[in-house]
Amino acid sequence: MAQGKGAKGTTPKLPRNYEVAPGLSRFSKARLFHKRGLYQKLQKASPAKPKSKEDKSKQYVVKPIGGDKNGKERRILAKKGSKITPVLTNVKNSVRRNPKKVPLRKSITPGTILILLAGRHRGKRVVFLKQLEKSGLLLVTGPMKLNAVPLRRVAQAFVIATKTKLDISKVQVPDHVNHDYFKKKSEKKSEKTDASIFAAGKSEYTVSDQRKADQKTVDSALLGVIRAHKDRKYLFGYLGSRFSLAKGQLPHNLVY
Amino acid sequence: MIYNKFVEVGRVAFIAKGKDQGKLAVLVNIIDGNRVLVDGPSTGVVRGVRNFKDLHLTKYKVPIRLGQRTKGVQEAFEKAGINEQWKNSLWAKKLEKRHIRSNLTDFERFKVLRAKQLRNRIIRTELGKLRKATKKTSAK
Repeated sequence: MAQGKGAKGTTPKLPRNYEVAPGLSRFSKARLFHKRGLYQKLQKASPAKPKSKEDKSKQYVVKPIGGDKNGKERRILAKKGSKITPVLTNVKNSVRRNPKKVPLRKSITPGTILILLAGRHRGKRVVFLKQLEKSGLLLVTGPMKLNAVPLRRVAQAFVIATKTKLDISKVQVPDHVNHDYFKKKSEKKSEKTDASIFAAGKSEYTVSDQRKADQKTVDSALLGVIRAHKDRKYLFGYLGSRFSLAKGQLPHNLVY
Repeated sequence: MIYNKFVEVGRVAFIAKGKDQGKLAVLVNIIDGNRVLVDGPSTGVVRGVRNFKDLHLTKYKVPIRLGQRTKGVQEAFEKAGINEQWKNSLWAKKLEKRHIRSNLTDFERFKVLRAKQLRNRIIRTELGKLRKATKKTSAK
């Protein structure tokens, strides 16, 4: 236990403010405020005036008070601070970190047939190609001809891995199909006027030729593998149909 | 009610619960109203005490003496060929079927579905033909 965990013998990398116990973080909000140096940004937002001695005496007003044993007078601030703390402007938002790449489940290997559990293709059985670098999402394809699922990203948590596996060692997924390939292209042009946004309306999504070409190369290879399979007739039907539960079938008891 | 399977020395029992679940064993001695001494050298059951509640009696019987030692039980069991008889029994076959069905993968379940559909289609077409034939004859 004194040594680090893992086969390499290194200590695990934890974020700065990790949870020491459930619901209890290592640093309090105040401590983290100081650690992050946000007070610097606050100072920049409202530059402090140098207080002269004259100002100091004028800060307080001395007022007489009644009562025998109360000290006869009180020093009261001439200008009390606002009870509402000001909205911090120009405080830079922390950079959103990249999502962690979730390690692949042992049951998911290239060529495994997966059952999609969410999204518009829920229930469909698809072929797993590879895990994308950086994001850790799974790259899957229908094949498109069988169930209309294109080359697509899927999160591992929304998938059931079946025991059926295809041999896709001969299937070459193009190298340019990666995390950036699937990134949504947002039209952030300099049109800031309201009129133009509403006038243009929603631009329809059209499949790029690049995608069509990639789909064709991957699918033709994949269909070749399926056709060479012993149970190819059933496989075509299997990949073309959706998964559903019948009466008496308990999902936690089923073998997939 | 007529009882055919008795608790007696030499009765072969199926262990339904607890250790060695799913195996056969021979009743070697009866301890009291609830417990038995059981032994199954040919089926991998170590000689020990079981409660009647965990056992289901089979129709098989092995000729052994009261308190017969393990070697004797093994000889008698194998001479009677109980393992073969058990394998061919409906009971054992049903258990095997249940086991296979619970371990079917999703793809195998799909293949079974298709096979069932095909079989039912054949049955229905034949039935249709028979119905047509009877209609014709009754019309005559």
